[in-house]
Amino acid sequence: MAVYITTPSPALPPPSNSVGVLGWMRKNLFSSPANSIFTLIGLYILFRTIPPTIDWALFQADWVGTSRDACSGEGACWVFVTVRFQQFMFGFYPPSEYWRVVVAFSLVGALVAWLLIERTPKKGLVGIFTIFCYPVIAYFLFYGGAFGLPVVETYKWGGLMLTLILATIGMFCALPIGIILALGRRSSMPIAKSLSVVFIEFWRGVPLITVLFMSSVMLPIFMPENLQIDKLLRALIGIIFFQSAYMAEVVRGGLQAIPKGQYEAAEALGLSYWKSMFFIILPQALKLVIPGIVNTFIALFKDTTLVLIIGLFDLLAVVQSAFADAKWIGYSVEGYVFVAAIYWVSCFSMSRYSQYLERKLHTGHA
Amino acid sequence: MTETQTQQNVSAEVMVELRNVNKWYGDFHVLKDINLKVYKGERIIICGPSGCGKSTLIRCMNRLEEHQKGDIIVSGITLDDDLKHIDRVRRDIGMVFQQFNLFPHLTVMENCCLAPIWVQKKSRRDAEATAIRLLERVQIADQAKKFPGQLSGGQQQRVAIARSLCMNPSIMLFDEPTSALDPEMIKEVLDVMVDLAHEGMTMLCVTHEMGFAKTVANRVLFMDAGEIIEENEPNEFFDNPQSDRTKLFLSQIL
Repeated sequence: MAVYITTPSPALPPPSNSVGVLGWMRKNLFSSPANSIFTLIGLYILFRTIPPTIDWALFQADWVGTSRDACSGEGACWVFVTVRFQQFMFGFYPPSEYWRVVVAFSLVGALVAWLLIERTPKKGLVGIFTIFCYPVIAYFLFYGGAFGLPVVETYKWGGLMLTLILATIGMFCALPIGIILALGRRSSMPIAKSLSVVFIEFWRGVPLITVLFMSSVMLPIFMPENLQIDKLLRALIGIIFFQSAYMAEVVRGGLQAIPKGQYEAAEALGLSYWKSMFFIILPQALKLVIPGIVNTFIALFKDTTLVLIIGLFDLLAVVQSAFADAKWIGYSVEGYVFVAAIYWVSCFSMSRYSQYLERKLHTGHA
Repeated sequence: MTETQTQQNVSAEVMVELRNVNKWYGDFHVLKDINLKVYKGERIIICGPSGCGKSTLIRCMNRLEEHQKGDIIVSGITLDDDLKHIDRVRRDIGMVFQQFNLFPHLTVMENCCLAPIWVQKKSRRDAEATAIRLLERVQIADQAKKFPGQLSGGQQQRVAIARSLCMNPSIMLFDEPTSALDPEMIKEVLDVMVDLAHEGMTMLCVTHEMGFAKTVANRVLFMDAGEIIEENEPNEFFDNPQSDRTKLFLSQIL
């Protein structure tokens, strides 16, 4: 006997206990007895830790003053940070020239925001300006020596300013070098391939601290007297090479995930190697490895603190040196919390932007 | 279109010529002494059991695969290691793949315009005008702003055909264009290919769609173990196969 339906069944709403706040709590917090116990334990731990922390950092804290006499001792004493704030930001850069650093960073901030925010016009032009003109402008602003700007030697650079310089230049250089190395490693040309493999495996195989030591202690011994490269520049090159080796392997992972058919379709249309890489393969490969790229960026940002072992005063080094001040002994917790907060905010912002980028670039394919 | 009209479209001009072509994958002899002439306007169907070398054969014609012995001459250009030769041949040959191979990060329109703009140096306006005309021809112009991932398999394959046609090729290669499609989508793709055949495009098509072969083909090639076993016009091929291997193959697929 044939069975058949004449009218389609209507769609019914889901049961009320599976939607809304209650539904969410039921599903995520109290789905089983064990789960409920863990939820309660978790809530208790949060209750015991969060309020005292906030109390220490905000409500009981001391904010204004000029010396340790202003510290009541009941909470954090941020006076330590406010008094030395300029040094934490600029290191030993002459105070009369602070404006140059502020202008340089404001400019790059504006340019990057222009490029990152959607629907701003003339992105191409701004991009070219950022890549080719801005570095020159920034060099003269930071270092000086032209347009009536007095020279500020790099050993006076420090604090957050130095950290940002190292991190920004490191990122801008490590990504393109990493891409070239990744393409080289997958190349069918034996020379390009072996050079890339040797470069990647060498720089990936040594610790960054060793690289920095080599660049600051060993290198000058072998270099002729009249050919002394600036210490900051040497450290920077070390960081760039080190991170670009990591970046290369991240990008290679993306290249390998692109189906062979994409390469073949590009070839069949007559696209040359570089055009198919630029238009077809790299946009897809880089999109796939955004999490890996940002991961490397975040690692790079935090690794810049290692330059303190070769005597460069990045943010962490400057703050640590302030602990040695006899007037402020005993306030290292505030200093470390301040440094940690700056790093956390920076890294968390990068992480959020990468998630936004992944969503934006999603075009409905796997 | 009648049989006589179809025949008339074929001219004496040789578009693709293969002379004693041999290819090995390592030790495996995948193409054995292939000789073939494809005339302008001809539609050739290549069939055979899987692994017989039929895909490899057409992939050699635009150098996606390299042959080791013999000559392949496309539109008068000999395919060798010279990148310029390869480049010119690829501009003249369009290819449609089993897995579509659309670029997923680009819209349908961008998929169609990329090669005309960057390989043929057309202006964006010209490229887009051509693309719209060809997308209309494969009846998918209304999806031009979508990404490939938002289209069905049949729609994607039609876009892939339009993308190849945008380069204005004189030869089209089809590598099992309907094998990855759900049954209800095969017809929409075959319809586009039949249209193309009737307009006189030179086509080489690897397929098991025997109905399509009967409708459009001038010649059917049957390959097995790297050789062309049998070659005939379609009615004779299907009704009166000569070799035992052809008979066995036809009995399995029909």
